Amino acid sequence: MNKPTIKKITDLSPHRLIAPGTPTCAGCGALAGVHQIYDILGEKSIFVNGAGCMTLLATYPFTPFKGSWLYTAMACASAGAQGVRDALDILMEKKRRQSDEAMQVVVLTGDGSASGMGLSATSAAMDRQLDFICICYDNEGYGNTGHQYSRSTPYGAKTATSTKGFHGVKKDLFAIWAAHKPTYVATVTAAFPLDLAKKIEKASKMKGPRMFIMLAPCPPGWHFDPPHAVNMGKLAVNTGIWPLKEYIDGKVVHTLIPKKRVPVEAYLKSQGRFAPLFLPGNEGQIQAIQAHIDDYWALVPPS
Amino acid sequence: MRRRLLTGNQAAAWGARLSGMEYAPFFPITPQTEIMETLAGWIDRGELTGRLVTLDSEHSMVTAAGAAAATGVRVFTATSSQGLLHAMEMIYTVPGWRAPFVMVNVSRGIASPITLEPDHNDIMAARDSGFLQIHCATCQEVLDAILLAYRIAEHPRVRLPVLVNMDGFYLSFTREPVIIPDAALATRFVGAFTDDDTQFTPRTPTSLGVAVLGGTPYSYFRYQAHQASLNALEIFEESAEEFHTLFNRRPLLIEEFYSEDADIVFVMIGSFATKAKNAVMELRAEGWKIGLVRPCLLRPLPIHAIFKALTGKKGVAVIDQNLAAGRGGVLHGEITGALYGRPGAPPTITSFIGGLGGRDISGAEFREMAVVTHHAMERGETPPPRLLFTQAELASVRKMQATALGSHALPTKTQKGEGHE
Repeated sequence: MNKPTIKKITDLSPHRLIAPGTPTCAGCGALAGVHQIYDILGEKSIFVNGAGCMTLLATYPFTPFKGSWLYTAMACASAGAQGVRDALDILMEKKRRQSDEAMQVVVLTGDGSASGMGLSATSAAMDRQLDFICICYDNEGYGNTGHQYSRSTPYGAKTATSTKGFHGVKKDLFAIWAAHKPTYVATVTAAFPLDLAKKIEKASKMKGPRMFIMLAPCPPGWHFDPPHAVNMGKLAVNTGIWPLKEYIDGKVVHTLIPKKRVPVEAYLKSQGRFAPLFLPGNEGQIQAIQAHIDDYWALVPPS
Repeated sequence: MRRRLLTGNQAAAWGARLSGMEYAPFFPITPQTEIMETLAGWIDRGELTGRLVTLDSEHSMVTAAGAAAATGVRVFTATSSQGLLHAMEMIYTVPGWRAPFVMVNVSRGIASPITLEPDHNDIMAARDSGFLQIHCATCQEVLDAILLAYRIAEHPRVRLPVLVNMDGFYLSFTREPVIIPDAALATRFVGAFTDDDTQFTPRTPTSLGVAVLGGTPYSYFRYQAHQASLNALEIFEESAEEFHTLFNRRPLLIEEFYSEDADIVFVMIGSFATKAKNAVMELRAEGWKIGLVRPCLLRPLPIHAIFKALTGKKGVAVIDQNLAAGRGGVLHGEITGALYGRPGAPPTITSFIGGLGGRDISGAEFREMAVVTHHAMERGETPPPRLLFTQAELASVRKMQATALGSHALPTKTQKGEGHE
């Protein structure tokens, strides 16, 4: 029962559990990933949401989910998950719920919340070894409010509040979460559905905190046309700027090591948000980003 | 049934224990922490089954409390002051989830300046949140109010969280004789947590707290919670009646103390009202026709009971243990709003601010408030809100200021190294 059932792309369900017609933007990379995740976790789940783009998925009187949903607030989705999980455990112990009513508690949060005001509640949930899955869809900015920079915005990206390019550094949420020594941490993106599905399925059979950071290409925030959303995810992985990896048993393992990394310039050029990097006088910045990626991969042992 | 000396905090813990609390998300804060420690001790010693979890903040704590109650277990929690304010976003959110649970607030003044002792600005900040509010004046009332609060909160016509308020230090750390009800009777009174609204199961999936677009659905749900709050008045009365039958004590909507034949009535909430009772007895001994009315339920506001108690009075002195900056006293606004335009409403309703940060209200000050109210009645003119503060207090602050300035004013003295550190 605990053996993985997903090994190849044809093992993925051709059907979608999430209903169509949600109010997300065309080409939303977060919704694409949530679709894939939900197909595996299924309706025996409750999604506990913190304020962000995905909050609008359930808008009265509609919900695209077949299972349950609880919207909390921006800072406290993981605390909501704690309350639900504890209550479900108590109800099971007292036999007020049947054994076949077991549910996954899943936090769905954006990067603005996860790397900012939601960090405390999520850190504490990991400290308590809360049995939950946490999914941060990372569109690298405060997307729902018009894409201002968050602490997850990459260097050089133009946002509504960094019109000349963001001068900060993207916060390493993977390292922060892994430092808590939770059961599992993984990065995923919808453009690599098999990698995503394998990780979600693996995590769904574990106990304790299982943490996901999902790169979510965002057409309006990143300034590219919706049909290119999948390409953005592919480029992010193939340039090495978005490493696909997992933390398990105290070790970090890369699940996809690009054989030959595409120069990062291809990724940067494809999105209007990086236009400031291509202005005269900024040539050194692209080289610096490339060097940063090369330095990262130089430390990754070959698979 | 046992009679024991208990602090207000211990009485609160007993209230939770006897109510069959199953889940207690917590975060420590003075002067509430003893409640959490008492429950934790009982759980550790196996005297109480229940799960206590320490969250990372009060904001998280109220979220977890609301989420667990919405899922279907009986939840208890407590906080105070800065903690209540830190949680305020969720204090306003969880009533909309229609999540029934009980939360004790141990009142304490709020920053700035930061302090530990009580006043009601913390609980007043939650006044319009949708939580019901019961205000206690004795440790016995704290215990009783918690049992009653679960009955009301979980009633199908209410389904709202309840805040039970007590004053920090004056009740939280003061031992009073408290009757601890028989556990079986308490269980009978509170009843089992209703599973009628079982949520978040695979068979009955639920979407809760979802977004609405536009003012129409928004107003609909806000009005529903308001109507549910108003329903609590009737449920309070019928629950209090049953409480009286089982325990031979009746929880009150409002307490009326020598007010029936009085011309002038003090209106106060919380434990400082016991100071007013003392003053009433002293003034009555001097011939004043004076009394006290103490609202115990503040949300929903028992307007009819308040009107009934105050109708025909010549003067009412509302003593607020809070300060709405730029306005005056919150309770004064509540009482005048409840009475305005009704036949027989008192023509004079004076406003006093006292007891901030645990400041005492002396017998002499109660007399002064009666005199001011009496003069206002005679002149037909109501003075602006009065802030209680004496010449002696001002002198003591001046002395502190001189001390604070001392090291600058007298550098040579500290240089001599006498007594510093």
